[in-house]
Amino acid sequence: MPATETFYDVMRRQGITRRSFMKYCSLTASALGLGPAFVPQIAHAMETRPRTPVIWLHGLECTCCSESFIRSAHPLVRDVVLSMISLDYDDTLMAAAGHQAEAALEQVIEEYRGNYILAVEGNPPLNEDGMFCITGGRPFVEKLRHAAEGAQAIISWGACASYGCVQAAHPNPTQATPVHEVITDRPIIRVPGCPPIAEVMTGVITYMLTFQRLPELDRQGRPAMFYGQRIHDKCYRRAHFDAGQFVEAWDDDNARRGYCLYKMGCRGPTTYNACSTIGWNEGVSFPIQSGHGCIGCSEEGFWDAGSFYDRVTDLTQFGVEANAGQIGGAAAAAVGGAVAVHAAVSALKSAQVKRQQAAREEA
Amino acid sequence: MKDTSRDEEPIRSTPIHSVRDDVEVLPGSLLTGDATAADIESIRRRTSVYVYEAPVRLWHWINAAAIIVLCVTGWFIPNPPPTMQIGEATHQFTFGYIRFAHFAAAFVMTVGFLGRIYWAFVGNHHARQLFILPVWNRRWWQEVMFELRWYLFLEREPKKYVGHNPLAQTAMFFFMTLGITFMIFTGFALYSEGLGLGSWADRMFGWIIPLVGGSQALHGIHQLGMWAILVFMIIHIYAAIREDILSRQSMVSTMISGHRTFKDDRPD
Repeated sequence: MPATETFYDVMRRQGITRRSFMKYCSLTASALGLGPAFVPQIAHAMETRPRTPVIWLHGLECTCCSESFIRSAHPLVRDVVLSMISLDYDDTLMAAAGHQAEAALEQVIEEYRGNYILAVEGNPPLNEDGMFCITGGRPFVEKLRHAAEGAQAIISWGACASYGCVQAAHPNPTQATPVHEVITDRPIIRVPGCPPIAEVMTGVITYMLTFQRLPELDRQGRPAMFYGQRIHDKCYRRAHFDAGQFVEAWDDDNARRGYCLYKMGCRGPTTYNACSTIGWNEGVSFPIQSGHGCIGCSEEGFWDAGSFYDRVTDLTQFGVEANAGQIGGAAAAAVGGAVAVHAAVSALKSAQVKRQQAAREEA
Repeated sequence: MKDTSRDEEPIRSTPIHSVRDDVEVLPGSLLTGDATAADIESIRRRTSVYVYEAPVRLWHWINAAAIIVLCVTGWFIPNPPPTMQIGEATHQFTFGYIRFAHFAAAFVMTVGFLGRIYWAFVGNHHARQLFILPVWNRRWWQEVMFELRWYLFLEREPKKYVGHNPLAQTAMFFFMTLGITFMIFTGFALYSEGLGLGSWADRMFGWIIPLVGGSQALHGIHQLGMWAILVFMIIHIYAAIREDILSRQSMVSTMISGHRTFKDDRPD
């Protein structure tokens, strides 16, 4: 019976030694920002607690979240978490297909009602009754609602599920809608990013499976331990920002010196993510380290917020592509000009009135 | 003059202006120009009215200085000055000082504004004009239209006002009272990003960030707010100087001495 199987059982079955298991526990503790005192607690939880099944649904998406997830830096994290998930349901990664896969989904929903975690990659399009995304012969939004009913909690993977991402960009013809606007009666954790960092994804799942509760969330429902600070706050180029040393053009001397990319439109100062601490591809690098500004992929509506090289959003309401500075400057110049004209007319008018008065007095 | 042979005191207390009780003084200002009955009594005897008390004047100039610092640094924050090579990044804090000046001036402006709100409660009648638009008053709307016509050169002569004229009052209410409030809320929400989750700024103003659709959007509207205040500043300084010259009352010196003087003795 899978319900009695613990994480530890799964790991041992995978041929993982006790020593490696303890290493994994301490790694997890530090990844989650917990002290060494939590290591035995994590080990105990993984040894005794029946594992929580995870259903992984795919809506309108590009699968970059899955691609990121299976590249998690620590192989142990990947193997353990991934093998547990593939046991249940993930139509991209599971061995079963077609009716078998759908039967597996139904089985998990029935057997673990109220106890499984629903991970959603991508989002449901609501226009035309959801016909823009059909999985398993029915609109994805129906499948999502069905699976969400018995879920303990929902994880919104990536910018798609969290905010809508590219398919929800203006004018959003399919009416792609983030998960929390469709499912409103379940706790939802948003893990934005396009894709999210692999270690962030495994970290969130491990935390939930280990402690049987949601990690601490911020106002937008993002795990505070990974999304509590901006890229900017821990950027290794921050000293150049404060010093006022900026890259002025791509491939100039300042770029070679590794100065701050703020003037090149880096969105690090407005983007909440863990890239500058965890890094990508097993911690090898992250965009700013590679000499390119942050494009703010984990922020709301980042496709509609202008070019990837603009830190300031264009305001299309005014009918032209202009940002706050340009519109404000134009308004100030227009008002300044109007004031100058008004002052000139006032002076002329005043002179005229004086002349008329003088004429009247003479008369 | 009666009885000038007595001691000096009664002579000094005898008014040199004759009080004309039959003349209704500044009826327009009494209704919409923020004059009180005491002001009218005062203008019968003196040629000036004490309008802006010391804390109001002090606030005006501190606020003006803070706004100038905020606008200059607020221009440089999204458009940093050219890269400077004064020393190692560790020994150079150029952009940091620009941001520091912005934050310091923001605190000065905020504390000043809170003090100004306090003074609206304890200060004189005119200290409240900035915070309440008498939109229910029909006469007030007529005066707004009159001032508009005056600025469109359609009126030959302006009216006298003890406090702000209704048009100026409207502009100050929207650009200053609401404008400063808007800038304080959006500004401290941005400030909370640096202080971090759980900080006082985050707990008080952090809710604004998701409300407007993220940090980048908030930066954008905070910048627009700056330009709105700058536009007000241009109009305000121009109007103050223009009215100082063309109107029938003092403008600029009133915000220095607190006294409004009138250039003629016609009742309205």
